[in-house]
Amino acid sequence: MAGLIFIAPWILGFLWFTLYPVVMAVYYSFTSFNTVATPQWVGLGNFDTLRTDELFWTALKNTATYIAFSVPLDLLAALFFAVLLNVKIPGRAILRTCYYIPTVVPVVASSILWIMLFNTHGGLINETLGLFGIHEIPWLSSPDWAMPAIVLISLWGIGSEIIIFLAGLQDVPVTLYEAARLDGAGSLQLVRYVTVPMISPVILFNFILGMVGASQVFTVPFIVTGGGPLNATLMYSLYLFRNAFVYFKMGLASAMGWVLFVFIFGLTLISLRVSRRYVHYE
Amino acid sequence: MIRVIQPARTVGAVRARRRRLTVAKVLGMAGRVLVLITLVVFAAAYLFPLLWMISTSLKDMGEVFAIPPVWIPAKLHFENYPLALTTYFPFFLYLRNTLIIAVPAVAGTVVSSTLVAYGFSRVRWRGRDTVFMILLGTLMIPNWTTLIPVYVLFARMHWTGTFLPLIVPAFFGSAFYIFLLRQFFMRQPQELVDAARMDGATHPNILWSIIVPLSKPALAVVLLFSFMDNWTDFFGPLIYLNNANLYTLAIGLYNFQSNHRTDWTTLMAASITVASPMMILFFLAQRTFIEGITFTGLRG
Repeated sequence: MAGLIFIAPWILGFLWFTLYPVVMAVYYSFTSFNTVATPQWVGLGNFDTLRTDELFWTALKNTATYIAFSVPLDLLAALFFAVLLNVKIPGRAILRTCYYIPTVVPVVASSILWIMLFNTHGGLINETLGLFGIHEIPWLSSPDWAMPAIVLISLWGIGSEIIIFLAGLQDVPVTLYEAARLDGAGSLQLVRYVTVPMISPVILFNFILGMVGASQVFTVPFIVTGGGPLNATLMYSLYLFRNAFVYFKMGLASAMGWVLFVFIFGLTLISLRVSRRYVHYE
Repeated sequence: MIRVIQPARTVGAVRARRRRLTVAKVLGMAGRVLVLITLVVFAAAYLFPLLWMISTSLKDMGEVFAIPPVWIPAKLHFENYPLALTTYFPFFLYLRNTLIIAVPAVAGTVVSSTLVAYGFSRVRWRGRDTVFMILLGTLMIPNWTTLIPVYVLFARMHWTGTFLPLIVPAFFGSAFYIFLLRQFFMRQPQELVDAARMDGATHPNILWSIIVPLSKPALAVVLLFSFMDNWTDFFGPLIYLNNANLYTLAIGLYNFQSNHRTDWTTLMAASITVASPMMILFFLAQRTFIEGITFTGLRG
């Protein structure tokens, strides 16, 4: 009894903000309505609409592209920096702070900052690339370059991934490195045959977390590109938002919410399955 | 998978390996220098955007996209700050709104999550672990899936256009922080709790005088992160606040940007003003930040 009293707030919250919405989201996805009006039953109509809606597929494809590039890139970069930041060198604490500090900048502020940095003429990025003889890139105004720009922005916010990796790296027993060293392993071999297998559960954790996050990416593309140009960065979440709060198609948006749930759930299950062959648990 | 490193087979091989080991040591020194250089170069890439932000906030409009780039403005235009914060971006109004939401929401999150975590860790009852699995399961449901019914519900309660949808849910515990606190509460010594119970302590007594004092680091993490969540939240205010007088700092900054897209100097002044409390918090509570992330892998 005492236990139930303590968890009562969560039970109420669960009923109100999880169970009821989950049940209603199923119901709403079979209806058509605009917030205030009574939902009209349309059966599988919303799913039919989505199936034939070109923008829905564009949004799904864009999100998949964003996941495919940003997740591995962020993961590799974070692992790379974490391995280096784990080496005993002077100024290590300050260096760690440099890599983490962008993560605490509110995403609205950093999004606005990146619009300025990506400015085609006179923007800091193009000016820096210009030093290497690279011609001005129309980052945010070209359908070909907007997605790479959004992926690059994600690379700026990998501070947490680095810290999670660092925590994992510090748990690798030093004796393993010593043993491998005695057997003649070089630095790169140490990373390949000791570090990576030992922290493979952490890699999987960061990978899944990154994928779940990337599937729902909203604020950066919403502010930086608004989904453009020519829908090149129209992410799934942006299109869901547009259907819900611009067109007020609440039934359709609920259906999209469920498709996203299935999408994320599927990706997670696949990763867990595939990872069994590569992840080494003690 | 760890590949088993083959033991040395011949004396010659052992000798060769010994020699290589000394080479590796030398390389270790050179390697360390290489590591340092690599890290410094990339650290610059991570810091430059922030430095550029500060630099731009002090520039004259003509210097923003000057070629070659101007890092140190000819004249430091500190007046960009008062100009931004009083005219385009009513900072104190937005700050007030942000705090009106954040203070009760953070208090609600900390108190309710603590109570619930206690119920899941220090009280024994039938079905506890099953219910806890359900709580963990709720973490797998994306907000996008439950968004529409929650929004429709708040709209029908006439809560849209008020702070309530951003405050009230905090009082029902956050599954993530409950999980974090539960893990921490479980680690506290059972003997202390047993001894207190022998002395006739009730559950609220035990929670307040044993568990809470021992769990200060975890509570600090919840306090810090839930405050940051509220300060930086963009989506909640975006859908629930439709009146500029209710805007928070994050949504107010977005609004300023949408209406004055090219006023880069004042935009950067406002952005820094919104970002700097978070950076100051980070420097003051760096330990808590790092602990919080490693406890939970929170900010992905």
